[in-house]
Amino acid sequence: MRATVVVRPKSGILDPQGQAVESSLRHLGFAVGDARVGRVVDLDVTAVDAADARAQIERMCEQLLANPSIESYDIELREDA
Amino acid sequence: MTAADGGGLPRPVVAIAVFPGSNDDRDAAAALERVGADARRVWHYEDVLPAGTAAVVLPGGFSYGDYLRCGAIARFSPIMRAVSAFAAGGGLVIGICNGFQILTEARLLPGTLRPNRTLSFICRDVALRVERSDTPFTERCRTASALTIPVKHGEGAWFADAELLAELEDNRQVVLRYERGENPNGAVGDVAGLVSADGNVFGLMPHPEHAVDPLLGSTDGALILGSLVDAARLSAAAFV
Repeated sequence: MRATVVVRPKSGILDPQGQAVESSLRHLGFAVGDARVGRVVDLDVTAVDAADARAQIERMCEQLLANPSIESYDIELREDA
Repeated sequence: MTAADGGGLPRPVVAIAVFPGSNDDRDAAAALERVGADARRVWHYEDVLPAGTAAVVLPGGFSYGDYLRCGAIARFSPIMRAVSAFAAGGGLVIGICNGFQILTEARLLPGTLRPNRTLSFICRDVALRVERSDTPFTERCRTASALTIPVKHGEGAWFADAELLAELEDNRQVVLRYERGENPNGAVGDVAGLVSADGNVFGLMPHPEHAVDPLLGSTDGALILGSLVDAARLSAAAFV
């Protein structure tokens, strides 16, 4: 099963990268606000079903992929093409 | 041998964990030897600490290329299991810069090190205030309430939410702060270094190992490392 994990800074956490990106976009003339920079991890996971895959990936996020004290994560699953 | 290195006192074994990408391990070893330790560099793939280890140093650098988050991968190195067990048994552990990041990722210390507020890498001396000299890492600082020690980091902004910070302040876990107006990275509470609830694990962003020789502008780092070696010597004696 293919999974995409999006990790992003929790709301309220200062995100200097997001601020720098936002500032650059404004310099380019775009009317943007509240830019936040996160991270995307794509991976194949071996699981018996979607629930199992999701449970495994949640453990991956808690242990390694995210820092739960400052980051939140979203998991998207799809069957292999 | 000079008085500064402990004269004829026994040299406690201080293990320095070396991860792929560590780059301050040799400086740490030289500085620790200078203040009286028997410094042993230990490759991260080892799963035991050297016999007689009385203190552990996690050095600065860019372990695993800072991939994912600084310290996030190094925390799973085999040596970290030994370090965690050593810390759980009350052993003295000090993490400097990347070592501090590894200790927070390993949850041996509270909070998180985040990118500097300015997003720039900062490399300069900073003025520090010693909040406590009653720790194994700051005993020699009692006469020096202010220290000058360099920082060099891109991700050194220590972060905790208001609730956690209040708890740590109540427990007196903040040991070093940047002097007012000197905070280089946006750390909350001006925190530059703090200890675990049990007081035996210490993490700091400044590099004491780079401030042990007058030629480099400050010897204040020797007060921190010297304190560690004093405490390590006492704990080594207790185990003999």
